[in-house]
Amino acid sequence: MRIRAKVVEWVPAILVFCLGIVVWQLAIDIFNIQKFLLPKPWSIVSAFWTQRSTLWSAGWLTLKEALGGFAIGSGLGILFAAILARFRRVSAALMPIAIAANAVPIIAFSPIFNAWFDPLSLSPRMATAGVLCFFPAFVNTLRGLTSVRPSQIELMRSYAASELEIFRRVRVPTALPFVFSALKVATVLAMIGAIVADYFGTFGSLGITIKNSVSLFDFETAWAAILTASILGVAMYVAVSLVERFALQWDPTRQERGTA
Amino acid sequence: MLTLAVTVLALACLYELYHWIWATTGWTHPFPVNNTTLPHLWTIFKALGEPSRTQGPLLITVLLKAAWFTAKEALAGFAMGAIVGFALAVGLVHSRLAQRALLPYIVASQTIPILAVAPMVVVWLKAGWQSVAVIAAYLTFFPVTINTLRGLQAIEPRAHELMLSYAASKWQVLWRLRVPSSLPYLFTALKISATASVVGAIIGELPSSITGGLGGAILNFNQYYSLQPANLWATNVIAAGLGIAFFLVVVTAEKLVVRRAPEHVA
Amino acid sequence: MPALEREMSVVEIKRLTKTFTKGNVTALTGIDLQIEAGEFVSLIGPSGCGKSTLLRLIGDLTPPTEGTVEVNGKPAPKARADHDYGMVFQDSVLFDWRTVAKNVALPLEMLGWDRGKRKQRVDEMLGLVELQGFGDHHPWQLSGGMQMRVAIARALAFEPALLLMDEPFGALDEMTRERLNIELLEIWRRMQSTVVFVTHSISEAVFLSTRVIVMSPRPGRIAGSVVVDLPQPRTNDTREETRFFELVTEVRELLRGVGADEHGSVGAEAR
Repeated sequence: MRIRAKVVEWVPAILVFCLGIVVWQLAIDIFNIQKFLLPKPWSIVSAFWTQRSTLWSAGWLTLKEALGGFAIGSGLGILFAAILARFRRVSAALMPIAIAANAVPIIAFSPIFNAWFDPLSLSPRMATAGVLCFFPAFVNTLRGLTSVRPSQIELMRSYAASELEIFRRVRVPTALPFVFSALKVATVLAMIGAIVADYFGTFGSLGITIKNSVSLFDFETAWAAILTASILGVAMYVAVSLVERFALQWDPTRQERGTA
Repeated sequence: MLTLAVTVLALACLYELYHWIWATTGWTHPFPVNNTTLPHLWTIFKALGEPSRTQGPLLITVLLKAAWFTAKEALAGFAMGAIVGFALAVGLVHSRLAQRALLPYIVASQTIPILAVAPMVVVWLKAGWQSVAVIAAYLTFFPVTINTLRGLQAIEPRAHELMLSYAASKWQVLWRLRVPSSLPYLFTALKISATASVVGAIIGELPSSITGGLGGAILNFNQYYSLQPANLWATNVIAAGLGIAFFLVVVTAEKLVVRRAPEHVA
Repeated sequence: MPALEREMSVVEIKRLTKTFTKGNVTALTGIDLQIEAGEFVSLIGPSGCGKSTLLRLIGDLTPPTEGTVEVNGKPAPKARADHDYGMVFQDSVLFDWRTVAKNVALPLEMLGWDRGKRKQRVDEMLGLVELQGFGDHHPWQLSGGMQMRVAIARALAFEPALLLMDEPFGALDEMTRERLNIELLEIWRRMQSTVVFVTHSISEAVFLSTRVIVMSPRPGRIAGSVVVDLPQPRTNDTREETRFFELVTEVRELLRGVGADEHGSVGAEAR
């Protein structure tokens, strides 16, 4: 029964998808749209198939950049937040700066990372993705660790609990929903970071594939590369959501919080 | 204000301290530190007051012009994105069916790397600031749609019943109840979008061979990075300033418009 | 007189003063209070009389400015470190991320009990508060009254001799509250524990207690006490006895004397 309800839930979305493809295909035929403006969906899929080995190896590189940056950036963000949460004054002073840093177009720093690291390695691209992931992870984790209800701390103190125990048993569980919404945002950012960083490099990854095929007017390949990139992006997002669903089974507000 | 100044100063000192320790010890992890990889802060600020090329205008003049150019693109994109995003949310709130049909694609749209689509948008709309604005709008609309939708739906059932007891129309419920109570959510989104629109404008300039803005400046100074690293850093300082300025404008607007404590939704 | 010969009080408070540095407010002044083993003592008074603060001082959740607080003959911080008391808060303070059973097990984990022993005690406790079969539920799946019962089970889990309760039933409806009152008395009798109970309801205080302490505000002081000589065990019929009404009236008049009416009813503090 529940599976059937799930299927019914998705029917409108699937219909829209089919309708979209049909309209797309027809519009190109009827209005005679040039293929450099918008290739037919079918030719994108066939480019995706014929170029699959190039696309997958490029995609794999980009995925490694994004995953590496995601792991390093959000890992450091969470770690820093966990350390700073102990120092109320310092974290209060750093919060506005971190929020401001979040408002900075950090991708502008990606060419600088080429000067820091070997531009032919994955490092500068991982760094871009990493820096993009760092700030949301840091800000959200810190917010989560410090938004514990005072009554819960008081309960723990009535048990003569140590700071470490309070951290482990109260602060960490309270922060988890915040951490996961940051991680979901970070997956998208990691992908954007990796591809923007590709742009400044000379590397066989997706960003370069797109850039080169556009300059050769090979738009089918460009769109196929975009398709690859979004499949990878969706995969990362779904992976984090699944972990979240498993880790936050207890959370009654999980549904509402969604993509915060 | 004082704490902020002290914190900024402390961070600046940390930066220079890091520079000094790594440079004197010669540590190369995670990367070798020298005046090219991490220029001194004073070099960066001094670069702003010098001509960017011989006989040319001061760097600060060049960058402020570029920032103004990018700001226009970002602002246009922000406005477009916010309006489209809000309209989408209003359209979706009344129909569960529309939500089920469209929301997956609205979410999926954000996994498409914007930089990848940017060249196509430029081909569609011809290279110009308008195409960059569209790219900025693409990054802007998403948070607005999702958050506004959540805000429009998060009305108190009692308040809704009260409106129904007045035999209020859907339109009246929308404007007198849903929209006002969604404002805190909307502003949370606008703060994210303000930054996103600047990011979108800068990214959008990269593949569109538009040289007048900050994206163009970044590409340009990137080529001469090994000679004048401070120029690229200075550009980033200005870009950071632009991003923060956009953010602060929305924060100020929020303070003027939303009287209730906005933390409840953050 | 040597200390050993004296009957040891469960709670002994001497010349206690509490001033909050923030705003320099004197919350409590000149408090002397002794609570003996097996008593059920209610603290009642208008807003700002410091009854919750007094409870927190007994639990060493806030330090006294002057004077001493002793629990079981030791300084309050030592008593807290020794897990000498269990505390129940106004809202049940359950952890959403733990199941009901794991919430009850929380203090036992802190005491380092092994898994088997924990499980056995948790089952026992859930039986005591009549929540068998709810162990695997999450707190938010339960009603307010059930959540409060979980909180009581948690406070009793390690069998503390002293139970500190801060308006535990304040947020519940009258019917649930009266039922929980009777359950609480039964638990109190069975465990032979001592209870200090903060409330803003006169009838609840009289019904539950062996002694009602009436407090006055600004600064908080003990204005008087009423010994409740209603027979044990108390039942729903107790609420209809003449003596019950006399005692309620006595407490009410004491409260009126301390100016509870000036700022609305005593219950104004409720939410």
